[in-house]
Amino acid sequence: MSEGQVKKFMYVNRKAPHGTIYALESLEVVLIAAAFDQDVSLAFMDDGVYQLKKGFNTKGIEVKNFQPTYRALDDYDINKLYVEQEALEARGLTQEDMCVPVEVLTRAEIGKLMETQDIVLSF
Amino acid sequence: MAIEVNGKTYETDEEGYLTDINEWNEDVAKLLAEQENINMSEQHWEVINFLREYYNEFQIAPAVRVLTKAIGKKLGPEKGNSQYLYELFPYGPGKQACKIAGLPKPTGCI
Amino acid sequence: MLHIVNKSPLDRNALDTCLATAQGGALLLIEDGVYAATTGNSAVGKLKQAMGQMKVYALKPDLEARGMADRVLDGVNLVDYGGFVDLVTEHATCQSWL
Repeated sequence: MSEGQVKKFMYVNRKAPHGTIYALESLEVVLIAAAFDQDVSLAFMDDGVYQLKKGFNTKGIEVKNFQPTYRALDDYDINKLYVEQEALEARGLTQEDMCVPVEVLTRAEIGKLMETQDIVLSF
Repeated sequence: MAIEVNGKTYETDEEGYLTDINEWNEDVAKLLAEQENINMSEQHWEVINFLREYYNEFQIAPAVRVLTKAIGKKLGPEKGNSQYLYELFPYGPGKQACKIAGLPKPTGCI
Repeated sequence: MLHIVNKSPLDRNALDTCLATAQGGALLLIEDGVYAATTGNSAVGKLKQAMGQMKVYALKPDLEARGMADRVLDGVNLVDYGGFVDLVTEHATCQSWL
């Protein structure tokens, strides 16, 4: 794609990591779509903030631990990760609990960012 | 599907990728390479080992673009370019090298 | 009876309905339901209140998978899959608040 066609993509993640397939599916779509060199940002809201909670150990539930893959996002030039402040607070979490560097924003701030996007993908 | 190495059977998917990454060993890699018409050199092993390390750390097979950049960082710019990697793996470093390394097909590789 | 909740308390109302319905017995939190048993979660108040009437359990492998095993609320009993089976067999009936 040529430079002029770069669009702003936002992936909105609102589901906890293992109870549904949304978190893993979103991550895979993000990695696949990274090949198109677009302007990508990831927003983690509501239970979606749990996706980044450090320290997954999935041996007991016998599913693949996909948390290390979030650390590869930087290799894919995806480094705009936004986490909802209200969601962290309602879950007793802080920025230090996140497994990758993130920017903490209020819901309203995420809402404003959302308005600036060309494409919003919901998970 | 399956392949046989030293009397042991290894399961593969319909495209020839090893089903269980943990079953991989160098002899399996050599046979998988043979099936791809690749004669494993030291340079080939370097890429294969790099891919396995990357998978261990991040739990994914990197896209070619990412692989190229990461190899450049680790092994030097003369190796971190697609020409070098395509010379080693003519049908695509992502596809062929991942297969030989026992990894799943790279995410985003169609 | 045994009540099982597998939904996050901040995403669905399964825990609310369960706690409003249950007449004692035991509550087992599994899958995304385990988040209700972690410190700092806004559902903690409800759970603490429930502990007065019922015994509360949470499945440890699900807490570990979510990186939450080190912040379990006091008074919550952790069980593994064997303990899960025991709970089911110890109770005559079982309701899963899906």
